[in-house]
Amino acid sequence: MASASVLNPADVSPGSVKVAEPTRDIMPPVKVRKGLWGFMWRNPTIAVGGTILLLMVIMAVFAPLFWTVDPTALAPARRTREPSLEHWFGTDMLGRDVYSRVVYGARVSLIVGFAVALFSSIIGLTIGLVSGFVRWADGIIMRIMDGLMSIPSILLAIALMALTRGSVGNVILAITVAEVPRVSRLVRGVVLSLREQPYVDAAVAAGTRTPVIIWRHILPNTIAPMTVQATYVCASAMIVESILSFIGAGTPPIIPSWGNIMAEGRALWQVKPYIVFFPAVFLSITVLAVNMLGDGLRDALDPRMAKRI
Amino acid sequence: MALLEVENLQTHFRGADGVNRAVDGVSFEVNSGETVAIVGESGCGKSVTAMSILRLIPEPPGKIAGSIRFNGKDLLKLSDREMRDIRGNEISMIFQEPMTSLNPVLTVGRQIGETLRLHQGMNKQQAEARAVEMLKLVGIPEPERRVKEYPHQLSGGMRQRVMIAIALACNPKLLIADEPTTALDVTIQAQILDLMRDLKRTVGAAIVIITHDLGVVAEVAERVIVMYAGRKVEEAEVGRLFRNPRHPYTQGLLGSMPKLGSSLTGEETRLQEIPGLVPSLKKKLDGCVFASRCAYATDLCLKVAPGLEEKAEGHIAACHYALKESVAA
Amino acid sequence: MSAPILEVNDLKKHFPIHGGFFGGTTGYVYAVDGVSFSIARGETLSLVGESGCGKSTVGKAILRLFDITGGQVVLDGQRIDDMPSGRLRPLRRRMQVVFQDPFSSLNPRMRVRDILAEPIRNFGLASDAADIERRVGDLMDRVRLPRDAVGRWPHEFSGGQRQRICIARALAAEPDLIICDEAVSALDVSVKAQIVNLLQDLQKELGLAMLFISHDLAIVEHMTHRVAVMYLGKIVEVAPKRSLFAAPKHPYTEALLSAVPVPEPGAQRERIILKGDVPSPIKPPKGCRFHTRCPYAFDRCSRDEPVLRQTEEGHWAACHLHDRPAAENPLAGERGAAVIAHH
Repeated sequence: MASASVLNPADVSPGSVKVAEPTRDIMPPVKVRKGLWGFMWRNPTIAVGGTILLLMVIMAVFAPLFWTVDPTALAPARRTREPSLEHWFGTDMLGRDVYSRVVYGARVSLIVGFAVALFSSIIGLTIGLVSGFVRWADGIIMRIMDGLMSIPSILLAIALMALTRGSVGNVILAITVAEVPRVSRLVRGVVLSLREQPYVDAAVAAGTRTPVIIWRHILPNTIAPMTVQATYVCASAMIVESILSFIGAGTPPIIPSWGNIMAEGRALWQVKPYIVFFPAVFLSITVLAVNMLGDGLRDALDPRMAKRI
Repeated sequence: MALLEVENLQTHFRGADGVNRAVDGVSFEVNSGETVAIVGESGCGKSVTAMSILRLIPEPPGKIAGSIRFNGKDLLKLSDREMRDIRGNEISMIFQEPMTSLNPVLTVGRQIGETLRLHQGMNKQQAEARAVEMLKLVGIPEPERRVKEYPHQLSGGMRQRVMIAIALACNPKLLIADEPTTALDVTIQAQILDLMRDLKRTVGAAIVIITHDLGVVAEVAERVIVMYAGRKVEEAEVGRLFRNPRHPYTQGLLGSMPKLGSSLTGEETRLQEIPGLVPSLKKKLDGCVFASRCAYATDLCLKVAPGLEEKAEGHIAACHYALKESVAA
Repeated sequence: MSAPILEVNDLKKHFPIHGGFFGGTTGYVYAVDGVSFSIARGETLSLVGESGCGKSTVGKAILRLFDITGGQVVLDGQRIDDMPSGRLRPLRRRMQVVFQDPFSSLNPRMRVRDILAEPIRNFGLASDAADIERRVGDLMDRVRLPRDAVGRWPHEFSGGQRQRICIARALAAEPDLIICDEAVSALDVSVKAQIVNLLQDLQKELGLAMLFISHDLAIVEHMTHRVAVMYLGKIVEVAPKRSLFAAPKHPYTEALLSAVPVPEPGAQRERIILKGDVPSPIKPPKGCRFHTRCPYAFDRCSRDEPVLRQTEEGHWAACHLHDRPAAENPLAGERGAAVIAHH
């Protein structure tokens, strides 16, 4: 057998120095960008989606500062005007300024989107955790959720709206009920896979109690997938709100929302398409922005992606 | 002329935090019918080298430079079409994970036949007959029945045999096996290594085997290339390398492996550790890549990168100091 | 010899397979099917076998990460397999675990300090916050990591360093027994040597008992005092290290030894290549579970199940060959050297 065990430096005999050929750079060096700017650079979908969404939020919050007039002020004398310098997006059949209505309408869409995302996340998280941890409850809860999911969420929301008065609060409630099953299923799946993680087993072996395990080891690791899911819920809620308002089962006509602006312009679609066109564009851009943000977050928060070269 | 001549291969990847110099100036040759092992730890660039030969590196973020001459043709200069004709035909590859490398919705026979119909223009019947023949060759019992089965109906060892059958279907001149037995249990690994030794005799293809397991190297290889941090640090005929490693890294690797049978010979010593960690591949180092972990490193090693030198006949190492020839017992 | 720190008697774990329309039980995976052994204080027992033989299930059953189907687990004289979880919790301190995958073994959202402090707090080992900090620092010293790294996140460490953190977490509870479930299998060769040396040093310094679950026979031989070989949910051979490696008394052990690739080119050794694959633990073969692959199987092997019997002092094997006269028993002599090939 070879006895190449331990050699000390004395065993090492110096030879003539042969220098390795220096290796070339075959690609330009990467400029490492740090901080917020670097994050945006590496995640352009988050940057674009986030920026558009932020602009929409600013527009909605500070609607009066965006050269708007009272969106509900009637002016029968100036009905159905074409877009002009005075009325950027024209006026509707009651003479209201469409631009102002679209800007104010962002408030309803965003409030509904964010509120539904928040409430369905909280409720879905609770149900998902119970389902993932309490064996006997799991079957019952998941069958109820399956039942709810078998009804298209838009039909469920319409049915719920039929039982209540049209108000933004009720719209939020109806869409939340329709979205909760999806979030619960996701959380349950995440919880079940986290429970199998060796660090959870190690925590059990280290004498950690179940509530602490949930709080310390499970919950923080559900945040990332939850955040991504919340953005998709938000986008879907905005669309459902518009549909509800469009068919007159959502936001009351007194409050301008993109859905009911389009509903009011529907009759004139062939002669005055701009009344439907502008709210539709705003809705599409906002939903696109939220979805981009979600996709970007999914990639950025996915630990497998982070470990790539 | 050697079958495969890799010269100054560089494969770099662009990342958010710098350029990863995964393979940085590697040259070697493989002769017809020869088995060469590329050995090293994770991140040393051995798999990237294999993928680069077949041009399976996505560009971007990757980029391959240097030259890879196969049968005299520079693979890096071929069009994508010409490269497709070579892959799976003249050069084929076996991967580590036999489960994910097979298509779960196609029968085994179909997957073997696919390459034959694509590259050799066989018809369905010919391809099927050849598939049965290949399964027989890789030692799968009842090949006529197995050829109609799906991957999930086979065990892990069987799947790796099927992978080998697919790889050998077109009579390749070069077979690249990337950790072919790492995912397998030891008794199954023994079967596959046995099969590979048999096939070497019967098929006559050159084999490049990529592995981290020095035991596997000793079992199948004729010549060994040791890689560290994207470089080739040592190359020699297998017996010579194990008997008398010239590079301190190779020596460290051998010393850090416990020997089976140590309790019988009373050679129970403490394992040799290689202290520290592999350096980042994102920075260009001035000196020897192994200097930060090397027990013999001198000022020279930290400042000047050693070139590959012939330390004994057919035994090259990238070290300023040739480890002394130890006395063979 | 004093009372063993751990005794496992006829341990069984059958996982139900759910299927059918109503999700009823359609069968069982007989993962562990009657396993008995004991570990003395300060002793290392290795459990070796191929994937699916049930060795990891034994480890988890001892830790009571799930309830067992049958048998007993006795920790230092107290039976723990049927103990209510409230009474078990303080006893968990005495046995800790290190898993295979250093990446999923640490909660990515906890700093090293909090990871190490968790068992200290749970078992009330520290008197105050300063004591916790001091203990955490000591643990870092023990596993040879810099003390000031306690504020870092797991993803900032390499695989080997993470495994050191896992070992430190196991030591934090001041256990008597550590279960290493393939603890070095996922590591690179050179890092593996570092962790193996660390585990050996710690065992010597702290007098720990260890259950070392592994498929790597060379590492096992290096680490252990005694070895138990598992095949399809059963122990087929238990023996002190030297005795097992010099003279394996079960054909499976012999085949395992001969299958390990040895880093010696051209080594002359007898090779036993087993036919086929491990049968499914859902339908284990009748008689001896190994008879479908055994090169020495004879008619009795497919009929009667062999039991573990002592063939010599401390060396137990479950094989019918030892009922035959020595001339007809291929395992009678010292076969280890022939299949391992050490010159």
